[in-house]
Amino acid sequence: MELISLFITSFIVNNIIFSQFLGICPFLGVSKKIDTAAGMGIAVIFVITLASIITFIIQKLILDNLGLGYLQTIVFILIIAALVQFVEMFLKKSAPGLYQALGIFLPLITTNCAVLGVAIINITKDYSFIESMVNSIGTSVGFLLAIVLFAGVRDKVDNADIPDSLKGSSISLIAAGLMSIAFLGFSGLKL
Amino acid sequence: MVIVSAAAVTGGIGIVCGVLLAVAAKLFAVEVDQKVIEVRNLLPGANCGACGFPGCDGMATAIAEGRAPVNGCPVASSDRHKQIADVMGTTAGEAEKKVAHVLCQGCDSVATKKYEYDGVRDCKAAAAVQGGPKSCDRGCLGFGNCKVVCDFDAIEIVDGLAVIDKEKCTSCGKCIEECPKAVIEFVPYKNNVIVGCHNKDFGKAVKDVCSVGCIGCKICEKNCAFDAIHVTDNLAKVDYDKCTHCMVCVQKCPTKAIQGDMTVIEKQ
Repeated sequence: MELISLFITSFIVNNIIFSQFLGICPFLGVSKKIDTAAGMGIAVIFVITLASIITFIIQKLILDNLGLGYLQTIVFILIIAALVQFVEMFLKKSAPGLYQALGIFLPLITTNCAVLGVAIINITKDYSFIESMVNSIGTSVGFLLAIVLFAGVRDKVDNADIPDSLKGSSISLIAAGLMSIAFLGFSGLKL
Repeated sequence: MVIVSAAAVTGGIGIVCGVLLAVAAKLFAVEVDQKVIEVRNLLPGANCGACGFPGCDGMATAIAEGRAPVNGCPVASSDRHKQIADVMGTTAGEAEKKVAHVLCQGCDSVATKKYEYDGVRDCKAAAAVQGGPKSCDRGCLGFGNCKVVCDFDAIEIVDGLAVIDKEKCTSCGKCIEECPKAVIEFVPYKNNVIVGCHNKDFGKAVKDVCSVGCIGCKICEKNCAFDAIHVTDNLAKVDYDKCTHCMVCVQKCPTKAIQGDMTVIEKQ
């Protein structure tokens, strides 16, 4: 029950984009089409889950034992970058279909702060391994939800009659802000 | 002491990651066709998608696998096509470069209007209202839908008429798809003599709506010494293969409906 509550919290209530404002760059950059947005979202789920497992192990086995918890940021960045590279190579060889589908999104995720954010949140909130798994999956599914919803909004905005001065990124930012306000409605929700 | 262990841990993890990646690179190496890389380097890298493949990488793979013609990239020059053909061990063939051209000269000062249009500045919206504000049913509406879709900044709207810069045009065909009046067509790049009208109505009807329309008088056909221009359905059309750019038709046309660059004849 607690795990379900944790999932819902990380999925909607503390949505990574609309409530925690992490990973805004791909959220704005790769949300022009619903297809590509969904591709990005799925790639993010994949990478966040893997990265959480590895960073959790590294934190508990190495950093905590040596009393070097303050190194987590730099070590996690190192691990995430290497991990994404590794995953890319691995997929290219063993799952060309998946590699084609995720395509250019994999390298983009290296610089996605949502990945680092989730890894660090897992540690600071003192989650157990299972909890951190649930948290990572919930958060990344939340990212998928946010980016796909936003791509849908932008699709509609493209056809709307918008004043010249608001065209392009400014209307996108306004739309993103409005969606964030809408997600505020979930805050305080407890299961 | 602390700093040593911190450096050791960070450095150690870095080294481990590096070694793992190096091993993985060997372990998971995928054989990439050398041709794909070579062809990819010869393509322009604009990723415009005009070839119909997802970006230049997709096109390079398609060429290397023989699924696409070596001269399939509309943006690359014919020199480049030759180089790609060399890589593939075939000949490129002289793909004639084509450019999009607006077959209408009816700018706001010469074409009459049947009503004042005050709606959305969009060709498709305007065309939905009685075929658009211009009296001529075939003419360019000039609200610039083509300009919006052009990725290469090759189209300008001048006095209510779309004009395509043929130097910038890459013949991707997006404007041709977009135009609700189907007034844009491909013409050979090297060709200079083009009938700038698209109206197949009888002479009087054309004359009433536009002073530079083709009235189908056949003066051009009679005067052409090379059998290169013919009037069918009240509209003159240049046979681009036969035209020698003598400019006789351009000079003789009573309505100046035939566009031709006179500097060409002066050079000759």
